[in-house]
Amino acid sequence: MPSISRRHFLKGSMAAACGLAVSRGAEAADGGGGEPLATLLDIRKCVGCEACVLACQETNGHKYPQPKKPYPKMYPSRVKVSDWSDKQDVTDRLTPYNWLFIQHATVTIDGEETELNIPRRCMHCVNPPCVKLCPWGAARQEPNGLSRFDPNICLGGNKCGEVCPWDVPQRQTGVGLYLDLLPSLAGNGVMYKCDRCYDRLARGELPACIEACPEGVQTIGPRSQILAEARRIADEIGGYIYGAEENGGTNTIYVSPVPFEEINRGSEYGPGRPHMEPVEDQMKLGNRLAAAMVLAPLAGAGAAISRMMRAAQGPEEDKTATDSAPDEGRDRP
Amino acid sequence: MTPSATVLGFPAYMKRLYAFTLVVLALSGFAQMPIFKRYYIADVPGLGWLAQYYVTHVMHYLGAALLLGLVAYAVAGWLAGRPRPRLTGAGAVRAALLVGLIVTGVLRVIKNFSGVYMSADWIVFLDMLHIALVLAYVMAAIWAAAGKKRWTTQP
Ligand code: SF4
Ligand code: SF4
Ligand code: SF4
Repeated sequence: MPSISRRHFLKGSMAAACGLAVSRGAEAADGGGGEPLATLLDIRKCVGCEACVLACQETNGHKYPQPKKPYPKMYPSRVKVSDWSDKQDVTDRLTPYNWLFIQHATVTIDGEETELNIPRRCMHCVNPPCVKLCPWGAARQEPNGLSRFDPNICLGGNKCGEVCPWDVPQRQTGVGLYLDLLPSLAGNGVMYKCDRCYDRLARGELPACIEACPEGVQTIGPRSQILAEARRIADEIGGYIYGAEENGGTNTIYVSPVPFEEINRGSEYGPGRPHMEPVEDQMKLGNRLAAAMVLAPLAGAGAAISRMMRAAQGPEEDKTATDSAPDEGRDRP
Repeated sequence: MTPSATVLGFPAYMKRLYAFTLVVLALSGFAQMPIFKRYYIADVPGLGWLAQYYVTHVMHYLGAALLLGLVAYAVAGWLAGRPRPRLTGAGAVRAALLVGLIVTGVLRVIKNFSGVYMSADWIVFLDMLHIALVLAYVMAAIWAAAGKKRWTTQP
């Protein structure tokens, strides 16, 4: 089955187009020409060995939370502690200590029941709601398309977790800035998720999970090339693509031999176990309204001018425009 | 045509609309922080939307559009007023704070478009400034209301 090998892909497109090569420096670690980097995950190839999961833990373990116990009592009582520090070996879902897990889906291919293994982690949305809606700026997106949270600023309010269509960010209580502020009254720790090995990318290295995979499941490169390659594979195998359009587009593109509805039916979903359902662009409505914001001042100014013109032409016709002027602003906040 | 001896007034309904806009903006704005659910405010019947981030996001945008419309109305009326009304001290303070709120708000709206990357430091700075300006505006509004201070006077 022809597919671009990791080495070839890197040599052919990544190093050339996006210059992950150290020579271009860390800031150049994007897809070239301002294009983000995306990853391609060929679901057919994954054997579920979890080498990637282990590599992620080994590489990023130093970023994991190290909470201090006992945790400060939080008020009101409905605020629950999210404590994964005693469950650091959980690998069958996303946790603050496990940013990548292998999801299993039982599907039927050519009349035969087959188990697919699907590496799941943050999708690195093109327009990530977790980043854009973070009230503090603790979440950030880099021009190379990855999003990550700053553990020094995050207060653990889990807003990112609620707005993420895949419930990816996971909270750990007892760490972070909130401890230095009002730990009983505001905040609840720090949110954690895959940061797409931003530090390795900046050094010109591959994300650990990509490098460790013995089957070459993942490739990384400029988004347009990754999409083209995903479409080529999908065409070739009569397959399906997930992540290209979901939530307005993501930088994580899955190619599957079976429809994603089937994968959804054949797998378990819940907290920390993201689905593969269609996802509307969550930021779309707001961004469309932003266009209305351009029109609003024009409408306001137009209303004022036309009102004044009417008042000037015939004060009798429009008394309010002049009559209320002495009151102007009196009881406005 | 040039209007002469005409000053744009604000009928009572517009003052109420302005107050309503500020309340919507303040509520939906503070709802951007995860506090309303924690402190049971979203449990009050009719206020459940305060805990739904996409709803409050859109509400804040709608409120901002209203505010921009009202501000443009006032500014256009002020510029075209004959004679042009003079801003009082209390008016100038509130106007400056409003300008700051609008500028930081617009930058945050731009940030939310797909493909717009702002540095983390810049985002944090904008967030903090926007919140600080809101708090300053609330205080200025209370001060102005308590002293029955007007926005403008006739020269
Ligand atoms: S998948 Fe969720 S956590 Fe990842 S970038 Fe998108 S919104 Fe953020
Ligand atoms: S890209 Fe890095 S942080 Fe993300 S899952 Fe892979 S190894 Fe973990
Ligand atoms: S290392 Fe590769 S083959 Fe093994 S589970 Fe991860 S993606 Fe699948």
